Amino acid sequence: MMLLEVENLQATVAEKDVLRGLNLTIKAGEVHAIMGPNGAGKSSLASVLAGREDYEVTAGSASLNGEDLLSMDPEARAQAGLFLAFQYPVEIPGVSNKLFLQTAVNAVRTAKDLPELDMFEFSQLVQAKMKLLGMRQEFLERDVNVGFSGGEKKRNDMLQMALLEPSLCILDETDSGLDIDALKAVAQGVNAMRSPDRGFVLVTHYQRLLEYVAPDVIHILYQGRIVKSGGMELVAQIEELGYDALATA
Amino acid sequence: MQTQVEIEDLLGAQSTYKEGFVTQTLVETFAKGLNESVVRAISAKKNEPQWMLDFRLKAYQHWLTLPEPHWAKATYAPLDYQDYSYYSAPQCGSCTSDSCASTGVAPQEPEIDPEVAKAFAALGIHLGAEGEAAEIAVDAIFDSVSVSTTKSRALLEKYGVIFCSFSDAVQHHPELVQKYLGTVVPHHDNFFACLNAAVASDGTFVYIPKGVNCPVPLSTYFRINEAKTGQFERTIVIADEGSSVSYIEGCSAPVRDSYQLHAAVVEVIVHADAEVKYSTVQNWYPGDENCEGGILNFVTKRGVCKGARSKLSWTQAETGSAITWKYPSCVLEGDDSVGEFYSVALTNRRQQADTGTKMIHIGKRTKSTIISKGISAGKSENVYRGLVKILPTAEGARNFTQCDSMLIGKTCGAHTFPYLEVQNASAQVEHEATTSNVGEDQLFYCAQRGIREEDAISMIVNGFCKEVFQKLPLEFAVEAEKLLAISLEGSVG
Repeated sequence: MMLLEVENLQATVAEKDVLRGLNLTIKAGEVHAIMGPNGAGKSSLASVLAGREDYEVTAGSASLNGEDLLSMDPEARAQAGLFLAFQYPVEIPGVSNKLFLQTAVNAVRTAKDLPELDMFEFSQLVQAKMKLLGMRQEFLERDVNVGFSGGEKKRNDMLQMALLEPSLCILDETDSGLDIDALKAVAQGVNAMRSPDRGFVLVTHYQRLLEYVAPDVIHILYQGRIVKSGGMELVAQIEELGYDALATA
Repeated sequence: MQTQVEIEDLLGAQSTYKEGFVTQTLVETFAKGLNESVVRAISAKKNEPQWMLDFRLKAYQHWLTLPEPHWAKATYAPLDYQDYSYYSAPQCGSCTSDSCASTGVAPQEPEIDPEVAKAFAALGIHLGAEGEAAEIAVDAIFDSVSVSTTKSRALLEKYGVIFCSFSDAVQHHPELVQKYLGTVVPHHDNFFACLNAAVASDGTFVYIPKGVNCPVPLSTYFRINEAKTGQFERTIVIADEGSSVSYIEGCSAPVRDSYQLHAAVVEVIVHADAEVKYSTVQNWYPGDENCEGGILNFVTKRGVCKGARSKLSWTQAETGSAITWKYPSCVLEGDDSVGEFYSVALTNRRQQADTGTKMIHIGKRTKSTIISKGISAGKSENVYRGLVKILPTAEGARNFTQCDSMLIGKTCGAHTFPYLEVQNASAQVEHEATTSNVGEDQLFYCAQRGIREEDAISMIVNGFCKEVFQKLPLEFAVEAEKLLAISLEGSVG
């Protein structure tokens, strides 16, 4: 069974077509990069898979481990193992990162019929994960993303990813606007999480991230469809020819 | 605090408002209507001395001359005061009415109606022997009378602390009641305070003697049970020089399809170097989706910091009532006295809340802090209305006000009306206000981490209220958080 199977996916947002029959198949253990020019539908793909309300699916199907994603609420998709690292992680004033993380972990555990973690158990788990990502303790006490630098917000998303142990991680242009240290932190998160039963979709329009995370497959998304798939050689071709020429070639 | 099983036993169908059950017991209820003989009958029922009856009658006569106020940003049809009953009390089988309603701190507490005790137990309030062992003293008020006051004897004997029902205080401590009654909220203060003075039912009376730190928190639980009954409690808290007390009140009422009137008066007197912390968790029945029923919560609460360095702190979590009209205030007379107001007011469905505070600075270097958090959801309206008044004598007075409003959904409203009157140039007054939305982005972010929408909203709202909840006694903070979660049910969708 495929980890992710997307067939002929079509979607609109504000009555504008953003996905126009997209096909994508990912096996567990693989890392796929999706590249494309601005407006090609990269973020739309991430949003539609995660179930953002503004997007309307007009045709096609998407399944995660054989389960129909499109019929689930966003929280059910998350509980089923889909994780989205946001381009712009949201701030939640007054809510400590610790409470937020514990609530999320327990929500996912409850959905899987696992017992909730108490404060002590959670604390042990989060310490271990933070160590893995090289994060400082004070991170937990601060309000969710409030006053975080761009890099800290992305690191926080990586921490959430590490805690929730999803089966499919989608990183939505999570590398945009990051300095080199933050970019390395994101790469470190992804690499630490790579495993035979987990898949990744890296949505990006830079190749920088791909220097640190070697993808198995690269796709070019153009006008709402995947028009070309291949290996690292595609990156060089994009550099050389640009998306337009490559897509229409 | 209350076990789920107990509640569900008593509840039946009503799912959101868990305190909405009705207690079936023998009650004595006056016929509907208000006139001078009703006022006299209430007084007679409570076996009151002449001075108390005079206080009531003077108030009643004055009330007749007053118009019902409608300046709050809440709409309601003029009330028919003849359509309410002004006295309702459970009858206990084992005692006659005159030995029951007024004996008070007698060696043998009169027996409590088991149905009433059961109702309180379901609300997490234990009376009798269990109550004596609890870590908090409780005055339990059911409709118009106090049915039990726990720990009252022990507190009096060991510490000289008077903690009893208002009716008992009139009987047993008349000199104290006469000295303070109406000194902070005079009978002519406003329409509802005046009505209260005329028909005052029971309330709580607290006196903390000089230099005593009350060893346990004192609390009152108000329960309105009878339909079409008004509750008009009168509470007086006095902290003598150098003393301190934490006082807590909780409220609830059954689900009824008509408005129930609650017009209470609270007077707090804080002497030099004394400190009173007054906390309220208000969960009156808010009415249903269509605005049928609910409590009209028209309350006058005021305290005076009489002595130097005295301190009064109001903390409130208001989640219930169809309409709330309430401005707990501090009159800062003593030099260096401190007034605080921390408030969370949440409105949902069609609730209307017009609440805030008044800080009147009279003494030198008096200081006040106001932190108000308003949350509006559904089709509700939530108003902060506050007055900061610095009199010419208040040299070096300071005030800090912060009003934050949070909107959930697009059909509710939040309004802020700050009034400032500064008559001394050396005063420092600061005001900050913010309005925010629980954004779809925040909800999606939480959902993407597996968190259900209700839990996400409750977490976001609790985060917003954290500053105020930190001021509540711990177990009440937990209660308040739960209440918010329950009150927010169905606020999005």
